[in-house]
Amino acid sequence: MSQAATITRANERQEAESKTLFGFWVYLMTDCVLFASLFATFAVLRGNTFGGPTGDQLFSLPFVLIETLVLLTSSYTAGLGLLAARRRAKTQVLVFFGLTMLLGIFFLTMELTEFHKLYVEGDSWRRSGFLSAFFTLVGTHGLHITSGLIWMAVMLYKVAKGGLNHVNVKRLTMLSMFWHFLDIIWIFIFTIVYLVGVAG
Amino acid sequence: MLGRLSWHALPHDTVTRGGAASMVLAALLIFGYLLYTKRLGWLWREWLTSLDPKKIGVMYIVVAVVMLLRGAADAALMRTQQATNAHFLSANHFQQIFSAHGTIMIFFVAMGLMFGLINLIMPLQIGARDVAFPFLNSAAFWLFAAGMLLVNLSLIIGEFSAAGWLAYPPLSEIAYSPGVGVDYWIWALQIAGVGSLLSGINFLVTILRMRRPGMTLMKMPLFSWSVLCSMVLVIFAFPILTATLGMLALDRTLGMHFFTAGGGGNAMMYVNLIWAWGHPEVYILILPAFGVFSEVVATFSRKPIFGYTSMVWALIAITFLSYTVWLHHFFTMGAGADVNAFFGIMTMVIAIPTGVKIFNWLFTMYRGRIKFATPMLWFLGFVVTFSVGGMAGVMMAVPAIDFQVHNSLFLVAHFHTMIVGGVVFGFFAGLTYWFPKIFGFTLNERLGRYAFWCWFVGFLTAFIPLYILGLMGATRRLNNYDPSLGWQGLFIVAAIGAAIIFAGIGFQILQLGYSIWKRNENRVSGDPWNGRTLEWSTTSPPPSYNFAALTPVDSRDAFWELKKTKQAEKPAYEDIQLPKNSGVGIFIALFAFIFGFGAVWHIWWLLPIGLVGVISCIVGRASQGGTEYRLSAKKVAAMEAEA
Repeated sequence: MSQAATITRANERQEAESKTLFGFWVYLMTDCVLFASLFATFAVLRGNTFGGPTGDQLFSLPFVLIETLVLLTSSYTAGLGLLAARRRAKTQVLVFFGLTMLLGIFFLTMELTEFHKLYVEGDSWRRSGFLSAFFTLVGTHGLHITSGLIWMAVMLYKVAKGGLNHVNVKRLTMLSMFWHFLDIIWIFIFTIVYLVGVAG
Repeated sequence: MLGRLSWHALPHDTVTRGGAASMVLAALLIFGYLLYTKRLGWLWREWLTSLDPKKIGVMYIVVAVVMLLRGAADAALMRTQQATNAHFLSANHFQQIFSAHGTIMIFFVAMGLMFGLINLIMPLQIGARDVAFPFLNSAAFWLFAAGMLLVNLSLIIGEFSAAGWLAYPPLSEIAYSPGVGVDYWIWALQIAGVGSLLSGINFLVTILRMRRPGMTLMKMPLFSWSVLCSMVLVIFAFPILTATLGMLALDRTLGMHFFTAGGGGNAMMYVNLIWAWGHPEVYILILPAFGVFSEVVATFSRKPIFGYTSMVWALIAITFLSYTVWLHHFFTMGAGADVNAFFGIMTMVIAIPTGVKIFNWLFTMYRGRIKFATPMLWFLGFVVTFSVGGMAGVMMAVPAIDFQVHNSLFLVAHFHTMIVGGVVFGFFAGLTYWFPKIFGFTLNERLGRYAFWCWFVGFLTAFIPLYILGLMGATRRLNNYDPSLGWQGLFIVAAIGAAIIFAGIGFQILQLGYSIWKRNENRVSGDPWNGRTLEWSTTSPPPSYNFAALTPVDSRDAFWELKKTKQAEKPAYEDIQLPKNSGVGIFIALFAFIFGFGAVWHIWWLLPIGLVGVISCIVGRASQGGTEYRLSAKKVAAMEAEA
């Protein structure tokens, strides 16, 4: 292959990669609108407790603060993982994203613990409009975290097997964009659902 | 094991049985024909698994046309029932029919025609070889098809929603609609809606990233501009639909209280959310139709479009304003005078950029050398109907008037004038105009004219009476009415109008058949209409790679300028990278369909199957190597020499 052809192909690949990343940004914005709809719904239904418990009776701020810190840390390790991927440091990528995954699983476990506790105490999503909105908003975030974890597991396997080729680095970039996005959504959940919920 | 599904789900009454039987029979006949002529493999290889946007576009249009017939059949039933004021449809059945009619016409006809046209033309028009994400495009089409299948399956197994095309709660809640109808509606739209959202992302990235070198945004043809604006709306509107349908589904299946009458739910929130999607949706459909007219009028007036810049800004203004008017769909809900006044004024404001567009088209025609080809007839018809409908719209934008005509046939007449006289006429103009581009031969003009006149006259005959009936107090969605009201005469006129429209559809089918039969007499080279934009600069039908060379452009009507200067330099061919076919999109949609079917019938074990299936398909596709192939420069040169 001539040098010119090699350059053309490299350009084509770069072009395609930037297109994919841009497309992924647009997807994240659509997801943002989805969450915005759920936030708006939550804001409307927040007071509709229908005689059931309110937010400040249900939420434990220290618990949620730990959840938040766990997720924020996972975002940090995901960032370190991506930097390592850019340096093509395979072991570090595996370590950092592995760590991110563990923190993600820990976060999800905490969230499910909270859900379970509410459920067994009779404060399930059937109880009131407020709780329906709460479970749906926080649960949708949890579902996103779950799909992020599945994606991360697939990526860890792929990197371990195939190394840090262009495709894998591109996908790790998108994965960490996704993960940071979920982090930002969580900040809003922490503020609007929990802090405002407890503060009244 | 089978949830709510049992033998009782099969249709009971004659009308439904007839419809279901004819649908199954038609499907079996087509399948048998393909099997007999040994074309199944060909269909799979050449069409179903294709990632070529031109082929995906044709498939969209085929689905949309079949669904148009289904929706028209629903309309025929309703018109007959109201004209005769007989009782051959029960109230419940009548409700299912108007719900299905609205759902099918908007989601599977109008959206299908729109995405079909975009797939066919937009990449060509911006001088690109493909869309940004060809596989996503195929998956989006198949999700659309899966949603379509689910709606039609409800005719054979179970029932359809009887809660109107937007399924307002609390009527659509499990307490008042305990059957599977609303669930069919939810999951069909949810699956098709995800497809639309993916398409929106795909086409937005295509337009922003893949235009021909030199084609700045302000040099981009207006159809592509309209698609860009429409896709921005898709991106911001469809997630709201996904969330809203999701919440209604949670209410119905998990006993949540988002929109229920009790339990702290708020039904008015649903109405707000669904219209925060629904109003932009109207503009998602009409903007590409505006784009078609901009191309048609310029081409057949042999003039550059009048006021290009103002056309672009009008599109952008409509895009923004379309998010500020949703409340005019429910002035009567009681938001208060101030809120109603705000939304009333915004609704009137949106008529200004629309008026700018109408006048620009008319000024384009002024002193043009106009050729009255069929697409131009659709345009002229559109100017009449759209202006009538638009004026009715501005009238209803006054909340005080809206209180009088809310939920009346006046409203029904208004939005049909906009959707049929605007969107559908626009897409018919586009299909006639670009048909030779895709298939290499023109449609018969005489039969096309007959079809247009039937549609146009039939449309006015069918809907002017509804305006009058609405003012007389006839509410929408009436299965029967008291004969002493004196409405029957007008309903009969409306039914006659509908019959004339059906004659128009008949002429269109005839036109298609006749044109295919006589195709060798109507072959065209690249450019049958003396076109102005890049899609006409390649052969018709275009090769799989669209353009052999991506020559830079430097003006708005790039092909027109090229023809004027007549510079025919020999292009330097290069290797072209193209996507290989893939059937994975079909399987993603199949598993989504399984998921939807399980959710409708509460067959819970189908849900994990569907979910795991979709995920494995995505992971599998992502792990696939060599999804593209390279066409060498030599091969391209040979193919070009042949063409």
